Amino acid sequence: MSIPNVGPPAGRVGGFDRVTGRQRYIADLRLEDALHVKLVTLPCARARIVGIDTSEAARVPGVRAVFTAADLPDPMPRYGVHYDDRPVLAVGETKFHGEPVAAVAADTLDAAREAAGLVTVDYEELPPVLDVRGALDPAAPLVVDPDLRPGDPLADTNIRREFRYAWGDVDAATADLVIENTYTFPMVTHFAIEPHGFAVSSDESGVIVWSSIQHPYILQRVMARVLGLPWSKVRVIAPDPGGAFGGKGYPKFEPLLAFMSMASGRPCRLVLTLEETFQAVRRNSAEVRIRTGFDSDGRLRFQDIGADFLMGAYVDISERVISKSSHLAAGPYRVPNARILARALHSHTPPSTAMRGFGTPQFTWALEQQMDEAARRLGLDRLEIRLRNLARKGEEIVPNDTPADGDWFESVQKAVDAIGWSGPLPEGRARGLAVGIKSSATAGAAYSIVRFLYDGSVLVLVGTSDMGQGARTILTQIVSDELGVPPDAVTIVMGDTAAAPFDYSTSASRSTVFMGSSVMRGCADLKDQVRSIAARLRGLPPDDIGVDRGMVTFPDGEEKGIVEVVQEGLGPVGGELIAVASMRGEADPSHPIGGRPWFYEFNCTAVELEVDRLTGEVLIHKHVTVGDVGKAINPLQVESQDEGAAIMGLGHTLMEHLVLDEHGRIANLGALDYRIPTTKDLPLDLESVIVENEDGPGPYGAKGVGEGGLLCVAAAVASAVSEATGVVIRDLPLTPERIWRAMSRAGVTPSGASRR
Amino acid sequence: MNRQTMTISLDVNGQRHVLDTAAHHSLLDVLRNDLDLIGTKECCAEGECGACTVWMDGKAVNSCLVLAVEADGGEITTIEGLAGEGELSPLQSAFIEEGAVQCGFCIPGMVMAAAYLLEHNERPTEAEIREALSGNLCRCAGYKRIVRAVQRAAGSGP
Repeated sequence: MSIPNVGPPAGRVGGFDRVTGRQRYIADLRLEDALHVKLVTLPCARARIVGIDTSEAARVPGVRAVFTAADLPDPMPRYGVHYDDRPVLAVGETKFHGEPVAAVAADTLDAAREAAGLVTVDYEELPPVLDVRGALDPAAPLVVDPDLRPGDPLADTNIRREFRYAWGDVDAATADLVIENTYTFPMVTHFAIEPHGFAVSSDESGVIVWSSIQHPYILQRVMARVLGLPWSKVRVIAPDPGGAFGGKGYPKFEPLLAFMSMASGRPCRLVLTLEETFQAVRRNSAEVRIRTGFDSDGRLRFQDIGADFLMGAYVDISERVISKSSHLAAGPYRVPNARILARALHSHTPPSTAMRGFGTPQFTWALEQQMDEAARRLGLDRLEIRLRNLARKGEEIVPNDTPADGDWFESVQKAVDAIGWSGPLPEGRARGLAVGIKSSATAGAAYSIVRFLYDGSVLVLVGTSDMGQGARTILTQIVSDELGVPPDAVTIVMGDTAAAPFDYSTSASRSTVFMGSSVMRGCADLKDQVRSIAARLRGLPPDDIGVDRGMVTFPDGEEKGIVEVVQEGLGPVGGELIAVASMRGEADPSHPIGGRPWFYEFNCTAVELEVDRLTGEVLIHKHVTVGDVGKAINPLQVESQDEGAAIMGLGHTLMEHLVLDEHGRIANLGALDYRIPTTKDLPLDLESVIVENEDGPGPYGAKGVGEGGLLCVAAAVASAVSEATGVVIRDLPLTPERIWRAMSRAGVTPSGASRR
Repeated sequence: MNRQTMTISLDVNGQRHVLDTAAHHSLLDVLRNDLDLIGTKECCAEGECGACTVWMDGKAVNSCLVLAVEADGGEITTIEGLAGEGELSPLQSAFIEEGAVQCGFCIPGMVMAAAYLLEHNERPTEAEIREALSGNLCRCAGYKRIVRAVQRAAGSGP
């Protein structure tokens, strides 16, 4: 299929504003008369609130309101995505360090900060639950009040839910080699460079909520519910987020601001500091116990997997993170027998949420190291053992679920070629390779309105967010190609629930597939309308008329531009053509995770690195990431996303880890002490390779991208580190200290000089 | 809290401003809140992320770490002043052409840091570019493309 406008690099829509500083993010919005809000928190995770004295704070000039639980409705309103579990302000007891017990609204940020520091809280610190073992201790305090979990058989435990999946018969399965290990994946935080921000204004006609949110329609639903308003009275305006990565998916402090705005009669705004953002969102940490059986040829006989995810104080979207990722915990392999138990645990830690990979990196970390260990014990090449087990296109990996939807062997081969898997290695170097797979969206609905205006320009209204992945650019390319309109004449309107129709969410790498398809259908509808107009004007049957790439073709061979035909058809009073389209993936209640994934993100990552024997430091010489994307509508954006995912993966692989102290506080709170990759951590050579077989469900055969590059980075790097040093490390991150200690314990002596 | 204010004078992008500022306000606060130059971004507010990079008296600085009163009398260039209205510098164009821009939040600071490098080193090596930009965090991690953009602008591309 020839796709003129799709494929070659297209200029990023919004690029000009972003390199000139004109792009307006949430913190750049100016609201007339807005009050500045500052949160009041306690210096510990869990405490009983004895009393709060706001009198001194209230006397600070410019302070308009000091809110505590007593200023909110009783019982305390609670909100959330899965459960209404999160209080607008802490009531009775704080559940994590950073949970606000009070909030100040003032004319200036200075006044709000000063007053927040003057709120006196009388509290009694209580012992917190901070890790998996602590959460499961029968004597552990309950993080969630059982009264808030009526009818829940697990209400008197810190387990929120247990997810069990099984096929075959693990107990009856025989194996020549059984490997059992426990792997841990740390708490890490999203660290979008833009901290989260929110604002709410309210009057008798409803509320307007501004938020750096990825999913404006989920925020609308949650706000309407907590405020008791019809959805139509909640307008969400969501400026393009300055990075999100899953962390900006779900409501945080918008409900608090709404109550403060209603009480004060003024708009209220709150832009979090980076430290407050750390306390607001993080990835689920996990402990994965895995027992794997192989036959003597290295073929998988069974996987017996138990995983504990530490969600934190409130559920947010984590239950879905855990149920969905654990369903695919056995990976992209043929596994005849499997048993999976994943538990979602509460703790007195910041609530975790979605983050790029959505639970899958935690499992991949364990799964792929098991493959390596089996290869070592069976004397097989680490590549070979994977090839012997990888599912072929069309094969089921989980019974009754979407079968392998790509030629994954091709992806692996491309990685093997790019890294030179069997080639000679320079002194001191080692290679590693791993694969990863993630389920895409299983259900959802993406509505779009495509308006062909009288002058031939096109306005597209969608509820998708452009958070750096380039959704505007992709949709512009599609419209430009389908309707033959120059990209400059296409405007994509996003981020306003009063303008754009419903989109389920901007998550799970769905936008190109779901919203892209929706917009394609809108364009097809418009072409049909043009065909009808042309038919009417000429008195011909519509089927005799061709409409393609901006041109209308008549049976006599005459060609006319679409615009001319539309203008002639609409006549002197004008008007426009409007298409309303949707792409829906219906939920399937009989499916264990509510529906089959529309596609998989499959990735193969290979690295070549060296480990400094004196310091334990890892230097990555080459990093290859290969994604099966179906069709790259914009190859530059695909590569950029895969490279970004790869580097984010290097973060949790090599350096990132939220460290909690005994009070449950994040000890490395902020950019000084929590390191993320910089230009100097970039692999010396980073190569992104795209596999395109046009076998995805999206426009032109596209699949979603953006998460794959992160899934198996840790396992690929660990594989090479083990190869280089002979030591196996099952806990992340692979800091120099951790590698050095492991080498020291194993008696690995420094051989050769340290690098550089 | 100290509510003391001081009168300062700043030359920002060639325009002189005389204004009162609180003694504890940073140059970043003044640029964003008093002068409405919102192109300069705030992230960590402790000099680690580089999102607020501007030039002061010809040097690239983290404007969150400079007190406004310290900048008194200074000459400031922000992202808004890098090219004429509606125009792009070659470096800004290179950022777009190389696909270095994703969410864009780090980009103003990144561009200012890169422009500073090119002011002082017309043909930087890749290692020098990585070094010069190592104080500017990008979580979309467009680093490879960002480095290429600087190389392209310097005419030293791969």
